[in-house]
Amino acid sequence: MKKLWLIIKREYLIRVKKKSFLLITLLAPLAFATLTLGMGFISGYMATKSSKKVIVKDDAGIFKSFNSAKKGNTYDFTSLPLDSIVNTYDKEGYDLLVHIPDYDGNSKKIKVQYYSQKKPGLITLEKIEQRISEAYKNYNIDKSDVDKELIKSFSVDVSLENAKSNSKNDKTGKLSVIIATALAGAMGFLLYMVIFIFGTQVMRSVMEEKINRIVEIIISSVKPFQLMVGKVVGVGAVGLTQLLIWIIFIPVIMMIANLIFGGGIDSSNISELQGQINPDDLKGFNFSQVINEFFALNWWVILPAFILFFLGGYFLYSSLFAAVGSAIGDDQGESQSLIMPITIPVIFAMIIMMNTLNDPDSPLAVFGSIFPLFSPIVMPARLPFDPPIWQVILSLVLLIATCVLFIWMSAKIYRAGILMYGKKLSIKEMGKMIFKK
Amino acid sequence: MPVLKIDNVVKRFHNKTAVNGASFEVNKGKIFGLLGPNGAGKTTLIRIITSILKADEGVVYLNGEKLNEFHPTQIGYMPEERGLYKKMKVGEQLLYLAQLRGMSYKDAKKAIVEWMTKFEMQDWWNKKIEELSKGMQQKVQFIVTVVHSPKLIILDEPFTGLDPVNTELIRKEIMKLSDNGTTIIFSTHRMEQVEEICEDIVLINAGKVILDGKVAKIKEDFKENKYKVEFAGEINNDLLSGLEVEDRDGSSFVFKLNEGQTSNDLLKILLDNGVSVKSFNEILPSLNDIFIKLVTD
Repeated sequence: MKKLWLIIKREYLIRVKKKSFLLITLLAPLAFATLTLGMGFISGYMATKSSKKVIVKDDAGIFKSFNSAKKGNTYDFTSLPLDSIVNTYDKEGYDLLVHIPDYDGNSKKIKVQYYSQKKPGLITLEKIEQRISEAYKNYNIDKSDVDKELIKSFSVDVSLENAKSNSKNDKTGKLSVIIATALAGAMGFLLYMVIFIFGTQVMRSVMEEKINRIVEIIISSVKPFQLMVGKVVGVGAVGLTQLLIWIIFIPVIMMIANLIFGGGIDSSNISELQGQINPDDLKGFNFSQVINEFFALNWWVILPAFILFFLGGYFLYSSLFAAVGSAIGDDQGESQSLIMPITIPVIFAMIIMMNTLNDPDSPLAVFGSIFPLFSPIVMPARLPFDPPIWQVILSLVLLIATCVLFIWMSAKIYRAGILMYGKKLSIKEMGKMIFKK
Repeated sequence: MPVLKIDNVVKRFHNKTAVNGASFEVNKGKIFGLLGPNGAGKTTLIRIITSILKADEGVVYLNGEKLNEFHPTQIGYMPEERGLYKKMKVGEQLLYLAQLRGMSYKDAKKAIVEWMTKFEMQDWWNKKIEELSKGMQQKVQFIVTVVHSPKLIILDEPFTGLDPVNTELIRKEIMKLSDNGTTIIFSTHRMEQVEEICEDIVLINAGKVILDGKVAKIKEDFKENKYKVEFAGEINNDLLSGLEVEDRDGSSFVFKLNEGQTSNDLLKILLDNGVSVKSFNEILPSLNDIFIKLVTD
């Protein structure tokens, strides 16, 4: 036990004492925010830039009531014959030419042709389709005897509210969902990163010891299993330290921000931190409301469960990374083919996690959050949506059981792998090691 | 009682038998040579002694006890492929490895400072291994091996990569440790070093012990009754016809004794024929010769 402790201490201190640790711990949230803000900015910028100039040759005359004041593509109309405009529209600065054919007033399916020098984007085409079909609808309403006001009076503006909401503000129910989604995305993504970053660190550390042969000196004093577990725990403790620093600091920063900015700022800025959310959704909420909703989440469940899934996911994958590290030969470049089988489930989990954000109770999300290879990434993304507690417990039990199994398997590979120099092991050979006495 | 007793040890990997029923003993305070060509099973055997691997069959006894989990603290092992954490500082590294060998922090620190002083490297405590020269790294490696005052030290090719000055330094320390009662197993394929340092050897080939005993006795067993004679003047060719000449080089001859002939007989013939003998020496086979003879047979 004393030796295990020594190994854990070394693995922990050697990383925490580095200047880069402090730097990364402080800068990572900043970098994360900058990155998402940057991405938000770029996609916003692209959205304005991506509006196209469209010239319409309207043979049907349906565009009489066209309202071109809306955002998006700009539309101009021409009465020139199609033959001539086809040759000149791009020189006149238009991206697309749309030709609306004669309309008999009855057809339910109409083919509208477009001309373009470059391949237009799918979204652009869909937007144009939408505008044209809207124009057809308005045209048909105008032509009919039906009272336009009557049709308008049929429409009702619906806003979905959460009945459970205990806040007085009538929009908080939705705000709570938005915040839950943001938090879910952040937690899922964080665990995805953790598994990769710290898993690879474990792998590197194993490879380092194997390649410079110090492993022989160490395992003549301690059991290989102790060395592997010590390493995994030590590196995991570094991750946990980092996580705890963030858990403590982020709410503090948010509170300070709240004190400074009060309710004054438009919280749509915050939404940009999360790419998943449409900034429009957050309009009308002020910053204190966001903070209040944030702290109103079920933290007593979310936080402990998050840490448990963090540990479970980390142990499960890092033990596999340790096994791979031990199986790699002197040529580190060979590692790719052995890392692949580990990265595939992690990436799958990430994809399921993204879908979970839109529909946290879908069968796929439920499966992903319980299946142990995916659950460390998917379940944290469900936690803010109050999943049934039995699912959380079942998921944890399965995760811990799988963890134990994987650590046991990895230890077998590790024990033999670290002493084999030269060529890397194949997956088949690794399999043999697991079942060898 | 021998410090180390290897009793019929077998170790198999997949379909290859690396050690095949090896048995030998190592006595206390001796410098013992573990010899063998590459792939003979030396490293596997060492790994079994250091508890890195478990023997499939047979038993290893250390101080009369079957190898157990407490024994590694009594063994110091320097593998052929040296290894240290490159990014770790010398002092930290030595402290870590010494504590892994079961020393307390206090004892470890004291012993490390002593050794570092002995090797004149007190100022290196806060240097990273990667900042050191290869020879300096070797010294650190040696301290790692001996810092916990092991009863048995296993050195696998300890002089590889050392310059003559450091080789001498380490050789002296090995001798000193041996004089103080530490048993040393010295694994190498460099025979001249073995002859210089070791009293007892075991020669392993293809996982089996093919030769075992005192260096002097082995040489005696393998001698071919050859004598080198240096003389002044000329030798009468008639005289040579009755003797078997192995080699000649100006005024020195190597004779091989005939069946039943003794060295005295040879000397008498020479003297009776008026040869002016300057020196008369028995030629013993070098371990290298014996090694090659046995391994290629």
